[in-house]
Amino acid sequence: MSIVQSYRMRLRRRHAKARSLRKGLSLRPVADRTAQIKPGGVLLFSTLRNEHVRLPYFLDYYRNMGIDHFLIVDNDSTDGSGDYLIEQPDVSLWHTSASYKNARFGVDWLNGLQAKYGHDHWTLVVDPDELFVYPFCDTRPIRALTDWLDGSNVRSFGAMLLDMYPKGRLDAVPYRRGQDPIEIASWFDPGNYLIQKNRKFGNLWIQGGPRGRVFFPDTPIKAPALNKIPLVKWNRRYAYVSSTHMLLPRGLNLVYDEWGGESASGVLLHTKFLDTFTQKAEEEMERKQHYRASLEYKAYMENMSDQPELWCKWSEKYINWRQLEILGLMSKGNWA
Amino acid sequence: MSVGIVMLVHTALGRAEEVARHWSAAGCPLVIHADVSVPIKTFKAFQKSLEDLPDIRFSKRHRCEWGTWGLVAASQCAAEMMLADFPQVRHVYLASGSCLPLRPVTELIDYLAARPQTDFIESATTADVPWTIGGLDAERFTLRFPFSWRRQRNLFDRYVALQRALRIKRRIPGGMVPHMGSQWWCLTRQTLSAILSDPARATYDRYFSKVWIPDESYFQTLARQYSRQIESRSLTLSKFDYQGKPHIFYDDHLQLLRRSDCFVARKIWPQASRLYDAFLTDEAGAMKRTEPNPAKIDRIFSKAVERRTRGRPGLYMQSRFPVETRENGLTCAKYSVFQGFSALFENFEPWLARATSARVHGHLFAPERADFSEGETVINGALSDSAALRDYNPHAFLANLIWNTRGERQCFQFGPRDNQEINWDIAKDPNAQISVISGAWAVPLFQSNSNFSDIRSEAARLQQIESTHLETLRSSWTKARVRVWTMAEFIEAPMEPLQTIIDEIGPGQPQRGLSEVPKMADLTGFGQFLQNLKNQGMHPYLMGNFPVMHDLHEAPTSARKPYLVR
Repeated sequence: MSIVQSYRMRLRRRHAKARSLRKGLSLRPVADRTAQIKPGGVLLFSTLRNEHVRLPYFLDYYRNMGIDHFLIVDNDSTDGSGDYLIEQPDVSLWHTSASYKNARFGVDWLNGLQAKYGHDHWTLVVDPDELFVYPFCDTRPIRALTDWLDGSNVRSFGAMLLDMYPKGRLDAVPYRRGQDPIEIASWFDPGNYLIQKNRKFGNLWIQGGPRGRVFFPDTPIKAPALNKIPLVKWNRRYAYVSSTHMLLPRGLNLVYDEWGGESASGVLLHTKFLDTFTQKAEEEMERKQHYRASLEYKAYMENMSDQPELWCKWSEKYINWRQLEILGLMSKGNWA
Repeated sequence: MSVGIVMLVHTALGRAEEVARHWSAAGCPLVIHADVSVPIKTFKAFQKSLEDLPDIRFSKRHRCEWGTWGLVAASQCAAEMMLADFPQVRHVYLASGSCLPLRPVTELIDYLAARPQTDFIESATTADVPWTIGGLDAERFTLRFPFSWRRQRNLFDRYVALQRALRIKRRIPGGMVPHMGSQWWCLTRQTLSAILSDPARATYDRYFSKVWIPDESYFQTLARQYSRQIESRSLTLSKFDYQGKPHIFYDDHLQLLRRSDCFVARKIWPQASRLYDAFLTDEAGAMKRTEPNPAKIDRIFSKAVERRTRGRPGLYMQSRFPVETRENGLTCAKYSVFQGFSALFENFEPWLARATSARVHGHLFAPERADFSEGETVINGALSDSAALRDYNPHAFLANLIWNTRGERQCFQFGPRDNQEINWDIAKDPNAQISVISGAWAVPLFQSNSNFSDIRSEAARLQQIESTHLETLRSSWTKARVRVWTMAEFIEAPMEPLQTIIDEIGPGQPQRGLSEVPKMADLTGFGQFLQNLKNQGMHPYLMGNFPVMHDLHEAPTSARKPYLVR
């Protein structure tokens, strides 16, 4: 890594910071309860649009995990998400009607909020359809994990996106408010992930899974990235560069071991593929606010109309984190 | 009243208070040392909260940074105070604020009372133990370490390098042999007071204050000078990971800790309420005793270290992505690759599947699709047969296939028509068993119904590809088990190589001879076919020497070796 290169990275990080300041101007605080945040609290950041039906379960899931405060950006929801969130005692809410795409899919908004409220806190950045799973999550709160990471001098923790899907048509079983989405979307692909190293940012680029298998079998390079680094001991100098896939400074992207060992890692159960998906896909096709001009949604719509099933006979039914560990999708590392 | 507790605390004072009360309830006098980094207000509140306890003292506060002299100085002060203020104390137990007594304190008291002359301190010479952090073992005692490893790593490393370059070596005072061991000890009054009132103590202190991690060597070394009877083990259960950092115990370790044979465990996560509730009870509330099984604890923590340092061979995932040569196994299990067999034998795949218990695939790297066994389009792990997906990352495809099917031997066909990008990966993999009948790709061409000019150019192409592949297999980097026969060689005596290959695949197979042989393709006129290619200027050489008139169509069944039949 030459000085020129690392200087370029610095410029890039500065640029991202400046962007987040500028884009942050469009955020209007609706419920500011950030005074509740105590030193050492674990904070969750999220941006959403029209996710009302998912919110009750989402908030409870993370409350049980030990999240101390939620900082949420509402991108102009019309389904009452905002009203619901205002009433939650541990949620601080911002509203914006600016373009999701122009805020680099929400990253700019959250970078700004993280710099302001997340400095020196462990911050978890997830979407409302992502459920974070880490080693021992059934017996130890997230604070145990972050304390252990602190003690090991680790600043960031990787969790791959694991696409969950139901058996049968996506719209066969409707999702009810407050329900665990894993009850419906309980299946996943256990062993078809493709990994490359991104030499520029030092992170791993993971593709594959059901979306690679069903939607992009002929153009695998277009399949969405599944690598994520959602949990970071935040510092106001840090910045997410592209969604939560990678960060700057680059050292934060080294959430994997290169010398044969296994670092600890988790999984984000991605429960996008519920009955709500078809409706969402139609809406997003129209708004064109998603990555690569909603290419993903386009591919889904084309495939979804004639082959609506992601399930195959080698799909695995989700049980718990230990199952994911045995399958090699995540690892305890040296945490015991 | 034979045991006094010296307790070093720096965080989670609430828990430290609970533990102190527990010790005190059993009648143990306490001397508590609080780190300087504890704010004065917090410290005062802590002191006040323990006011009501009878025999409790607070010693002079030192800065206790990991790996520095401060920890020893703190232990010295506190121990001196203990010996002076509580003359009835016979054993002094060094513990920390995050230690948790696992067994009723009275048991510890009885245990020590029965061993009045024994010092419990882990103490081993540097030559005999593999405890090295940062690549330093004996040098801990011969170099100087004025800089903090945690905060001033750069200075630390440079100063070490400088001293090595200048060949500076410190002399160890008094001809002592340095010993190391767990910093949590339990010493008798005799030994401890001898160490603390030694006339040469100033010399020792000066020396050890520049040793690295002196809290693991000061008492451990000096105890050897004075002790009448050393039992070299710690009464405190403490497990260290590969960075020398203690493993932490959580609520879910409760059953595990009950099976420990140690009196005290560290380090406990301050919020592990279940552990504190379970162990900090009086004798009546204590759980029923279980048979100690410390080996189980050892196993769990050594497995964790192994997972972090060596990982699972053949697994590529989000937190294990080894650089080349550090994989310790490119794949996770043995597998077999067959080149030319399915061309030469009409029913090779079903035959092989019957003869072994292995899973036999077709050409996994064929240009059309991955030809999985039994025509499946998706197999274990939801691995797709799409050629585009496979060719996007052939290495991941193979590693995934072998990982997903662990426990079942995989075999597949390969040939010059297939994607050759995977060749080096397979050749370098010690798990691969590669068998090649060179030149057998000509058989399908011989049987095909194409124009001869097309056959000729295809033959030239395939021959070139296979020849490159064979070079790879013969290179010095190749780690796979490779067997190559020319086609002519192979059909001369096919049974012997087949038997060898099958024996290698299946220890699960009964040791019987091959009851059935695969059917060889009809090769009448094959010699003439090769001659025709030659006449067209394309010299097929990989299949060996085929005379034009040689009648190859002898029944392969007659080639069965008599000794193979039971």
